[in-house]
Amino acid sequence: MPVSLTHSKLIYDGLKECDIRLLSALPETWLVHLIRFADEDPEVILVRLAKEEEGVGVSAGAHFAGVKSAMLMQNHGFLASINGIVSFAHLYKIPLLMLISYRGSFGERDPWQTQGGNVTEPLLRSLGIPYFFLDALDTVKKRIRQAQTLAESSLQPVALLLTRDLMWED
Amino acid sequence: MLRLDCLRSTYSELENCLVVTIMGAVAAELHSLGHRPNFFYLQHAMGLASSTGLGLALCLPEQRVIVLDGDGSLLMNLGSLSTMARYRPKKLVHVVFDNESLLSVGGFPTATSTGTDLEGIARAAGVPRVATVRSVESFKAAVTGAAHGHELTTIIAKVEATGPAAYVTDLSLLENRFQFRRHIQSLERQ
Repeated sequence: MPVSLTHSKLIYDGLKECDIRLLSALPETWLVHLIRFADEDPEVILVRLAKEEEGVGVSAGAHFAGVKSAMLMQNHGFLASINGIVSFAHLYKIPLLMLISYRGSFGERDPWQTQGGNVTEPLLRSLGIPYFFLDALDTVKKRIRQAQTLAESSLQPVALLLTRDLMWED
Repeated sequence: MLRLDCLRSTYSELENCLVVTIMGAVAAELHSLGHRPNFFYLQHAMGLASSTGLGLALCLPEQRVIVLDGDGSLLMNLGSLSTMARYRPKKLVHVVFDNESLLSVGGFPTATSTGTDLEGIARAAGVPRVATVRSVESFKAAVTGAAHGHELTTIIAKVEATGPAAYVTDLSLLENRFQFRRHIQSLERQ
């Protein structure tokens, strides 16, 4: 599978350096290594969800408990989470660090991913969610740290878009 | 059975727990009995009260967590039962007030009014302890038992579709949220 193992490890290490102790996740191809790292890591609570929106509640609970968390999802999972983001995270000022695999963008071969790719950034902008890209090795850790810092200081959802350039080797 | 009577019967039990409620009648009625800093009322995001309780219970395994859910909310997030059952925190108690109705928006009947069995769904999802109660006495016994037990428990409480005259309380959402967080921080220092 051409999902980059080394780049996934870099992302995971970046999360760990931010003291992320809970990860909620719903599998998608680009996230397989990240989920496996979390599963094998005794320091991290991995919560495998049935639907991504649950992760908003799980992360809110973690925040109340004083535990830093992150959400791993595909952009279609972000679409499925929007009510929770608006009517919980925004309404109650809950910090969310969302790592979203940016499927359906340039280079996408799977026709079923393409529509979600079109709307991901417009929706993030319309929801007022700050976002940035994880697209190059030398900035991955810094951007994760910056996103986590902003989520905590602003008490709001912040998104990192995991790009094909970083995640896929073909 | 009235939800308010159920809440009253277990109000003292809630004192040493972290309590997460759904919006609407459950929040308003619990608040009417007297707000406490360990109560968090999720006044929207239907379905996510149980997910919030799960997040709390996984991060604070020594802390008793009680979710006060409802049929309408749970039906919006049935997957939460499977996720809770997957991790089954030992000190998480999931109470579902089932009035077979979306009461606060005018009393529209939910699927439990036509036979959907939330106890059966919870059991089949893998929740280790499940019960349905129909009297205040059995409600109190079930909640008290679960709150002193060591197994994830879902209690379906069949209640009448009646609620308070108003749903808005004088506690602002953000005040509640920050107070709840501070309360948990104070527990950690003890």
